[in-house]
Parts: sequence; C-alpha cells; structure tokens
Amino acid sequence: MFSYTKGSDLINLCHSYDLTLPQVIIQADKEESGLTEDEIKMKMSNRLEVMRTSMTIGIEQNLTSKGGLIGGNAPKLYAYAGQARSGLTMAKAVAYALAVTEVSASMGIIVATPTAGSSGILPGVLRALEEDYSHTQDDIVDALLVAAGLGRIISINATLAGAEGGCQAECGSASAMAAAAAAHLAGGTPEQCLHAAAMALKGLLGLICDPVGGLVEVPCSKRNATAAANALICADMAMAGIQSFIPFDEVVEAMRSVADAMPAKFRETARGGCAATPTARDFATALPPLPPN
Amino acid sequence: MSSGIFDIIGPIMVGPSSSHTAGAARIAAVARQVSGSTPVQVEFYLHGSFAETYRGHGTDQALVGGILGLSPHNKDLARSMEMARKAGIKTEFHRIDLGDVHPNTVKIVMRSSDGSQSMVVGSSVGGGAITIHSVNQVRLEFTGEHPTLLTLHQDRPGVLASVTGALAEHNINIAFLKVLRQVRGIEASMVVETDGEISEVLLDQIRQVPGIRKAHYININRDEMRG
Repeated sequence: MFSYTKGSDLINLCHSYDLTLPQVIIQADKEESGLTEDEIKMKMSNRLEVMRTSMTIGIEQNLTSKGGLIGGNAPKLYAYAGQARSGLTMAKAVAYALAVTEVSASMGIIVATPTAGSSGILPGVLRALEEDYSHTQDDIVDALLVAAGLGRIISINATLAGAEGGCQAECGSASAMAAAAAAHLAGGTPEQCLHAAAMALKGLLGLICDPVGGLVEVPCSKRNATAAANALICADMAMAGIQSFIPFDEVVEAMRSVADAMPAKFRETARGGCAATPTARDFATALPPLPPN
Repeated sequence: MSSGIFDIIGPIMVGPSSSHTAGAARIAAVARQVSGSTPVQVEFYLHGSFAETYRGHGTDQALVGGILGLSPHNKDLARSMEMARKAGIKTEFHRIDLGDVHPNTVKIVMRSSDGSQSMVVGSSVGGGAITIHSVNQVRLEFTGEHPTLLTLHQDRPGVLASVTGALAEHNINIAFLKVLRQVRGIEASMVVETDGEISEVLLDQIRQVPGIRKAHYININRDEMRG
C-alpha cells in the first residue's frame, strides 16, 4: 500500500495519507521488512551511533590511511572552522565528512551511506545541523529516513555503485540524500526536500570515479567534503523557495543515462581522470604487485 | 544491489570499500561455512580489480578475517593476518585470470585439518553484496542474503520432496529454490534459500534423507553481518 519507486510516489503518499516523508518511508519499510516502527527507529538509531563514533574518532585522531594518501585533514579543518569564510556550520559539516572518510580509509568502522566511498557526506551534514540548530535524536533519525528513502529510489532507478555509474552515483547520490535530509530538518515540505535532492544531484551529474591507485582515498575524501557543502547549499536554495526546473525523478533518469554512456576508464577502474595523472601514476607504480599464480 | 532502507543507510562495516573490503569478508565467510570449520591452509586467487588494488583496500585482511569468522564490521579485520598466524592458519595470495567474470572475483581453496579440500568462487558486486558462483566445483548461484542450504545428492525422484518436506515440517518458508543436475541419474545439487534459520537438528535430518550425499548450511547474516 505504501510501496514507492519514484519521488512522485512519495509525494503522492504524503498527500493521500496526510503523512510526513519519514512517516511514509517507515510505513513502506514496515510492509517490506516486517519490522515494527520502533524496531526500524531503533535500528536507525544504532547506525546513527556508529556514524557519531566514526566522526569523533576522525576529528580527534590524526589517522593515516592504509594507502598513505590521506589522514589528518579533518582535525585541521575542524580547528579552523571558527574562521571559515564559508561559515561555521558549513565548515563543521565538511570537517565531519572528511573525518568519516579518514576513519574508513584507515580500516575503521563506518556506516556505508550509501557506500563506504561516500560515507562522510550524510553524517557530516546531519551532525553539523544537529549541533548548531539543536535538533533532537528523533529529528535526526527522521532525517536519516528521508535520506534512506531517496537513496532507495536512486538505487532502484539508477545506481549507487561507482563501478557502474562513476562518482555521481556515490557522492552525487549521497549529496542528494543529505540535501533532502537537511531540507527536512529545516522544516521543508516533501516537495522542498525533493527539489533540494534534485539540485544536489544535478550539481554533481557526470562526476567520474577516478581513484588514485584504485584506493578510496584521492580524490574520494575531498569529494565527500565538496558533496557535503553542495548538499547544504542546495537545501538552503530549496528552503528559500528555489525550485529545480528538472524534477527529481527525471534527474535520476538522467544520472542513469549518463552512467550508461560513461566509459569504463571513468568507472572505478583507476584508468582515467585523477588516476591517470603523472602524480597518480608515479604513486600507483610504487604499489607492491601481487605474485602471479 | 538490494534496495531496503538499511541497505542504503548501511551496512555497518570496516572501511575502506564496501565492495573490496565488506564484500570480500562476506565471500570468505561463505567459504568458511562451506569448509565446515576453520581451515588450516587457505589459498586466495584474486581476479581483476581484486588483484590490482587488494592491498590498499585491505581485501587480503578482509578475506582472512572472513575465514576466521569475523564479520565485515568487526574492528579485528585490520589485524586478521596476525590472528591467522597465531592460530597456525597458512594463507597465500595469488593473481589469477578467471576469464569473463565480474572484476571483483576471488577463488578460495581451503584445506581442513582432516585433509579434506573445499573451494568457493564468488564475486563482490557492489555495496557489500556478493554472488557465489561455484562451491566445490559445482556451478550454482546464490547471494548469501538468506539462510541457504546447499546439497549434493543422487539425481532421483523424491529427494527434493523429502528436503522441502523437512523444511515445511519445521515451518520454514522457501524464498528461492534451484535444482541443478550434473549427471543424469547420478548427481545433482540444490540451492535452497529460506526465510527462517535452519537448526542443527533439521540439518541432521536433511543429511539423513536417502540420496543426500552432502548438505552445507550457509548463514552469514547473523549478528547483523549485513542488514
């Protein structure tokens, strides 16, 4: 009864039953999973705790990634956040996003949101808003549900995998999810949440996946940073009344058609973009090879 | 990739890659259960992207962790090599070309303390999701998302009915079922993916069914391994 595969389905369900976005998404998941509303919220709260821990570790510790290319950037930006020209909330969101990617790249525990490579964006945005706008735990869980619902729509109609659709599928999707979640926290209507998501995904449409040395480090970590900033500004645009000319569902379709046309060298194979630069090649050749069979 | 909301906000996992780390650990967890116990010697043959980028992704640590029974969200994945060494488990890594398969594919060959050998081939297909392609040389397909029963049995009437009957007796619903014949009248396999967990008692009962030669039970989703 509450099943949805498109953004337009979500909007219709919200209006038909006079429910909020997170309420509709919970009802749909209850039907699909057989879990109760309390169980779904508890499970989401547990994931939120893991996200919080990963951000705290990344901010407090100078980590070194497994590949040695990143680490220690999150504490730097966090310490500078008070002077940030982009504003405190923005700088904290970005610092937290960097923090999660640094924890992930050093084999720490994270929540894939929606993937490990894009795991900083949603937690970073939500934590900065939670701190600066005194949202409750329930508010944040609701925002996570909004993000999950939109991510689910993208996964059904396009893809969330960099190997299939490039970085637009990972960081682009995560940014769209975070933009909708942020708009919801700001009191946005379901329509505003979808406009925020549409604008965020449009902003990163076409982004390739070009990991240096095949590692989820460069440019992945800093793409989480810019995708978090993209999410916040798109949420602000939507809350100011700005609309996406292209509806969310059509942007998702566009992302899929770009993914279908994307050459393999831009889909996580480490053969194009940043991965094919002289600096990246020098690094990659220094990686120890695996003995042949 | 499946599309429940906890596949989108999740899984909880040790980084850095859902495909190269979490998925690798899950394939090895299947291999461990096929082996029946922790093997004493394991050879990993890495294909494609797994072979190219395994080290920076901790794919090797994740694979060994899975063999040790560590879930993809267990912090100990990062020290699995040392744990395996201490437990006296020999591990080796090789590059292999398995042909036209998914870029993230691994063949795992295990030897148990009783000398028996087993083998699993699986691919990590994105977001931590996996597909197993072969178990002990038998070509089949399953995802590990559900509790899964694998059989090797004599190709004759009634074996399937007895197995599904035993599951029904224990009120276990079958989500997906495939029967694959290898040699007519001689040998066949079954892949039974269920909604409920299969108990030791029920597994023993299935192993007693006339015609059943082997039955493996794969369940890598306990303790929120994925969902």
